[in-house]
Amino acid sequence: MVVPRFWRERRYRYNLIGTRCPECGTVYFPPRNVCPKCGRKSLGKMEEFQLSGEGKVYSYTIVHQNVLGFKYQKPYIMAIIETPEGPKITGQIVDVEPEKVYIGMPVKAVFRRIAEDGKAGIIQYGYKFVPDWNKMELEKEGT
Amino acid sequence: MRDVAIIGAGETKYGEHWEKSLRDLAVEAGLKALEDAGICAEDIQAIFGGNMSAGSFVGQDHVGALIADFAGLAETKIPALRIESACASGAAALHAGYMAVASGLYDIVLVGGVEKMTDLPGDMVTDILAGAADREWEVFLGATFPALGAMMAQRYMYEYGLTREQMALLPVIAHKHGAMNPDAHFQREVTVDQVLNAPMVADPLTIMNCSPVSDGAAAVVLASADIARKYTDSPIKISASVAANDYISLHARNSLTTSPSTIEAGKKAYKMAKKEPKDIDLVEIHDAFSIIALIGIEDLGFAKKGEGIKLAEEGQLYYDGDLPYNVSGGLKAKGHPVGATGVGQVVEIVKQLRNEAGKRQVPDARVGLAHNVGGTMTSSVVHILEVM
Repeated sequence: MVVPRFWRERRYRYNLIGTRCPECGTVYFPPRNVCPKCGRKSLGKMEEFQLSGEGKVYSYTIVHQNVLGFKYQKPYIMAIIETPEGPKITGQIVDVEPEKVYIGMPVKAVFRRIAEDGKAGIIQYGYKFVPDWNKMELEKEGT
Repeated sequence: MRDVAIIGAGETKYGEHWEKSLRDLAVEAGLKALEDAGICAEDIQAIFGGNMSAGSFVGQDHVGALIADFAGLAETKIPALRIESACASGAAALHAGYMAVASGLYDIVLVGGVEKMTDLPGDMVTDILAGAADREWEVFLGATFPALGAMMAQRYMYEYGLTREQMALLPVIAHKHGAMNPDAHFQREVTVDQVLNAPMVADPLTIMNCSPVSDGAAAVVLASADIARKYTDSPIKISASVAANDYISLHARNSLTTSPSTIEAGKKAYKMAKKEPKDIDLVEIHDAFSIIALIGIEDLGFAKKGEGIKLAEEGQLYYDGDLPYNVSGGLKAKGHPVGATGVGQVVEIVKQLRNEAGKRQVPDARVGLAHNVGGTMTSSVVHILEVM
């Protein structure tokens, strides 16, 4: 795979930058050039928006059969994370045993190596999620 | 718009066809459909072919030209277009063929679907199929296609209390039917325990909750309804052909437990055909994963949200039940050559409506519905067929 495909997305992937529609205020990740709600009114107006990286597990799975590039990671946890800003994000959850993951679990985004393109290919970076242990403690105390 | 009928149908056996190529499979299915219609290749005015990814599976694009050529049609100069909508490519091709005849542009067209998937090792096939999702924002992060299906299932279990044991009933039913279909990839019954104890693909989906990797092709011949009886005594009318789309990625949708595109396609199809769910005598529902079938059953109006599995528990989904489901064996047991699947579902319904389905024949079948989806229920195509 050639570098530009990953290079062009690096700003958004490395920093969790999405877009916000100034017309309706909806935040999107990944970035969009058109707001599905406002259509042409949003054209040329979408603003970059930095997500906080906080979130909760909306759904998850443990992957036993991988796509190319993830062979040595399996079994690994994939999840859809619900963020307080609105968008849901697909990513791995790491630094936790799979059986400890649950829907509603607080997580936060971290910058990690995602995969590599063979021994001599480029290393791809992006976001993964780790448990937010502090928030989990607070939640436990609250209940 | 004029009415459109199916005057011929044919398909290859689905399975691992090491001895047959992409073109062999497509030509075999196409010729069977022509023979069934009792027409010659020269009578065909256009071809619409569903194919998801021959470019990746066998390094072959320009599939329409290839198939038309090897069907012996190069001299006729007729158009042969390939239609792609991931796993819904077959039904999308049928939608295109339907429009072509309904509009009056052509009187007779051939609609086909083909996929040759077993020429590659499993991890490469998994990677190609993942192209039905968002490559840059789902697959890049490690999501396989079954992983996305698994997250739909996990969320459904959380919201509605579905158990793995309940979900296992759907592949059990599909295999019961597949065992009666000589063209099915898997012609043997399975038990709930076998489904539950099969190797895990993506928790909670075992390999028995997932459709297999199959080679195969299917084809139908469409004609305007007013000339259909010139060719056959039992034309099958396409009462509705509707396609709908949604956000490509699962995370962009409000809910993981419903498919707005299936709801949309279903509603419009019922309206177009002047039918209601209770009028449907049999359904072929897209069961790439058990959870997708369950959501499909509900979103097409056959059960309330969260209650679809009751139909399976009550035995209503068997071929002799109230809502015969995937009597062909479905994607799970008949097989899932992705580009062929949507056309193959319709071939099954044609056989059933003509009372030619043998051991698995649904009694008094007059109206059938086919539901074919691409991606994580991103694209949905619904066809309603009935006896003319």
